[in-house]
Amino acid sequence: MSVETTTSPEVKKEPLFSKKNRKVLTDPLDDINPVTVQILGVCSALAVTTQIKPAIIMALGVTVVTAFSNLIIALIRDSIPGRIRMIVQLVIVALLVTIVDQLLKAYMFDVSKKLSVFVGLIITNCIVMGRLEAYAMSQKPWPSFLDGIGNGLGYGMILVVVAIIRELFGSGSLLGYKVVPQWLYDAGYSNNGLMMLPPAALFIIGIFIWIQRSRNRKLINAS
Amino acid sequence: MHSNRYTFIYAIILSVITAVVLAFAAEGLKPAQAANIALDKKTSILRSVRYDGAERAAIEKLYGASVRELVVNAQGEELSGIDAFAVVLKDELAKPVQERQLPLYIYTGEDGKKRYVIPMQGVGLWGPIWGYISLEEDFNTVYGAFFDHKSETPGLGAEISERPFQMQFQGKKIMDAEHNFISVHVVKKTAKIDVGPEHRVDGISGGTITSTGTDKMLRACVEPYLGYFGKVKS
Repeated sequence: MSVETTTSPEVKKEPLFSKKNRKVLTDPLDDINPVTVQILGVCSALAVTTQIKPAIIMALGVTVVTAFSNLIIALIRDSIPGRIRMIVQLVIVALLVTIVDQLLKAYMFDVSKKLSVFVGLIITNCIVMGRLEAYAMSQKPWPSFLDGIGNGLGYGMILVVVAIIRELFGSGSLLGYKVVPQWLYDAGYSNNGLMMLPPAALFIIGIFIWIQRSRNRKLINAS
Repeated sequence: MHSNRYTFIYAIILSVITAVVLAFAAEGLKPAQAANIALDKKTSILRSVRYDGAERAAIEKLYGASVRELVVNAQGEELSGIDAFAVVLKDELAKPVQERQLPLYIYTGEDGKKRYVIPMQGVGLWGPIWGYISLEEDFNTVYGAFFDHKSETPGLGAEISERPFQMQFQGKKIMDAEHNFISVHVVKKTAKIDVGPEHRVDGISGGTITSTGTDKMLRACVEPYLGYFGKVKS
């Protein structure tokens, strides 16, 4: 009995959510989280986390763009000339982002106004290019698509949690609704101005990394 | 390794495909986008006269029924034959004050009173900011104000587009008792400037550059209209 012959046809009709594919989707949430482990996309994590709403929208935008650019690049990965692969990746990403931007302007004008520059910033988000280079260039389209979704969600998760902390302590509100009661302010409580500034996000993400590394065995350096 | 020839052809084909896709997307979506931009401008003008509805049809109807558009110049003359709605404020601001075409929107409220809406354009920290300020019939008291921005930081400079900041302007005065133009200053509460509380609103903590930009914008955009207001009053 040869194991090789039994596994190879199986690979062809591998179920859409096989164990391997599920792992591709869930790994970026913890073990290879783009922000806290790969340390990618930190720049935008500092910029858009003063409030929860832009953080959520940015997370969705990055997820969609990462997923579809991963998919497209994986589909044409064998035809891309190695010497200009980065440019090709960038063109695809920019194309997707521009189309999303145009569609938002035409059909969801309010959302597009809220997002304003952030949509354009997705192009420069290192997670997108990072995943294209590290994953989509060498993997099949479907796992690449899942990898894009997973990384987008892993990024979004950190973004939203950081935004919750910053909006709560910086503005005393959540999603724009005041949650810190007036009597607390009257009693001398005041919003923390530092939370509104970019360094606060850096501290919070730093603390996340610390907690994650101390709990997740896989991330503890053996040496 | 692919040949140079292949690489060149690949790059050219990719560029052409992307260009075609983008051109179609941009052209095909243009009418919808232009309609949105026009509606947004009308909504902003109505926001400055304390209207807060959001329904498209209602906004179009109210705007059509109660807003009169006109263009004036700094000498106070009414200019005819120019579409006020289509005047590009940014281009006008680049001209010397005397040559500017100044769009003015006159809103007649349900109470029969007129509010004079002045469009404004200025610079924030990251990009342009703009807004509309409406004055009562005395050309002195601010009835309402609306500000918006392209890319100010959420939670900081972007607060100028939020209601609490804009509400502060209601009831402020732009002239002093001697009919000198003072404008409304956007400064921090503790700033020691020589104007009374009716001429100042609280700026945004952490949004100093945007606040200063708003302050400058108010001064630069409202003053040229004083000529016209003077003529209407007399």
